[in-house]
Amino acid sequence: MFRNQYDTDVTTWSPAGRLFQVEYAMEAVKQGSAAIGLRSSKHVVLASVNKAASELSSHQRKIFKVDDHVGIAIAGLTADGRVLSRYLRSECINHTFVYESPLPVSRLVVQLADKAQVCTQRSWKRPYGVGLLVAGLDELGAHLYYNCPSGNYFEYQAFAIGSRSQAAKTYLERKFETFNDSSREELIKHGLLAVKETLQGEKLTSSICTVAIVGVDEPFHKLDLGTVQELIDVLEAEEAGTSEPQREGDQSAMQEDSPDVAPMDI
Amino acid sequence: MAPVEAATKQHANWSPYDNNGGTVVAIAGGNYCVVAADTRMSTGYSILTRDYSKICQLADKSIMASSGFQADVKALQKHLAAKHLIYQHQHNKQMSCPAMAQLLSNTLYYKRFFPYYAFNVLGGLDSEGKGCVFTYDAVGSYERVGYSAQGSGATLITPVLDNQLKTPSPLLLPAKDAITPLSETEAVDMVKDVFASAAERDIYTGDRVEIVVVNSEGIRREYVELRKD
Repeated sequence: MFRNQYDTDVTTWSPAGRLFQVEYAMEAVKQGSAAIGLRSSKHVVLASVNKAASELSSHQRKIFKVDDHVGIAIAGLTADGRVLSRYLRSECINHTFVYESPLPVSRLVVQLADKAQVCTQRSWKRPYGVGLLVAGLDELGAHLYYNCPSGNYFEYQAFAIGSRSQAAKTYLERKFETFNDSSREELIKHGLLAVKETLQGEKLTSSICTVAIVGVDEPFHKLDLGTVQELIDVLEAEEAGTSEPQREGDQSAMQEDSPDVAPMDI
Repeated sequence: MAPVEAATKQHANWSPYDNNGGTVVAIAGGNYCVVAADTRMSTGYSILTRDYSKICQLADKSIMASSGFQADVKALQKHLAAKHLIYQHQHNKQMSCPAMAQLLSNTLYYKRFFPYYAFNVLGGLDSEGKGCVFTYDAVGSYERVGYSAQGSGATLITPVLDNQLKTPSPLLLPAKDAITPLSETEAVDMVKDVFASAAERDIYTGDRVEIVVVNSEGIRREYVELRKD
């Protein structure tokens, strides 16, 4: 999309019935580094690619715990994401204080969506420039939602947002039918493989990939670096063994990825 | 001339407070802390239940026990739990016991002009792993001590603890270390004895005593029966 005379205010419609500022905010999400979510009937996994501003700086935090039963992964303006995560945490705490029970995820995402919508209808505000993957568990089961800057939200079996997310989405589309019955370990493995797709040849290590999980008997938490690296190592060993499926562990840690992954466009 | 009678002010015929009775005790050791409370909940001369816990774990190393008006105690516990959750989100760690002590004091003083009718003791391990006990009044005045008793049986128990736990006694000058040299088992036995004594004479203390011990290995709980009359 190109600059035009209808895109200055969020409260200005274009003749085609579009709000360009909102669409530009969604662009900001696409520019952020990738975040992936996928769920089974009992677990939800979030994985994110952590870009660092430079070699000297620390990696951005893109995954936030909201409550024991809910966590989020963000893509886009991290500062907006931090502010929204503070809001989500506050809502969960207030609900638990009054009702002595965890806030159902569907309610949480509606509240978040309504908050985002307000910013699309006030001339003195701007839309939040961050997309959120909300992973949570409640009485109705496991849920994964995607909340846009536009104020829309959708429930997904699996989804990816951010830059090069199309590569991950394609992988997830191939595999998603098996997710509902996947075990915890398989689900994490699929998450890591989806992240790998977005890296386009860059080596997958635990320093650039954060993984978090929430499950039926498992409060939301991020997996520590050691665990993630072990899982990645197992993945690489399996991949190296796919050319000879019955032999395992016959090759030491791989340095290059197998070339049968088709390069995906954005 | 007849004296002018002053019109008397109308007074409420109800009180927002009630006293549910009970006694709480805490003793700090070198590497442990014991927090104990009886489980009787009363109103007036009646017993509401023999099985009510006055003890609440606020953080992994902070245990609060409160006697007084249990509705206010419950509200206070919920308030602190919510504050603690916010702290954990912001700092990525649990609150230390001294930090929780300050938070409790501030929370109580916030309602200086409609207080929580709660008489608290906070026990746990400080950042060095040593036992600590903090004792409060209803509006948040607090002090770190080696041991404390609050509630209906406090007047019966405190002199005994003063006598038996000499070193941490605030009555001994110059002030010594606020930790008792007793071992964990000795402290727990002391707690059982003082509760048994208080239950003899205090009608609001009895039924059962819940004893919670925090040490480096974690938290454990035990119950001891008391007089039911």
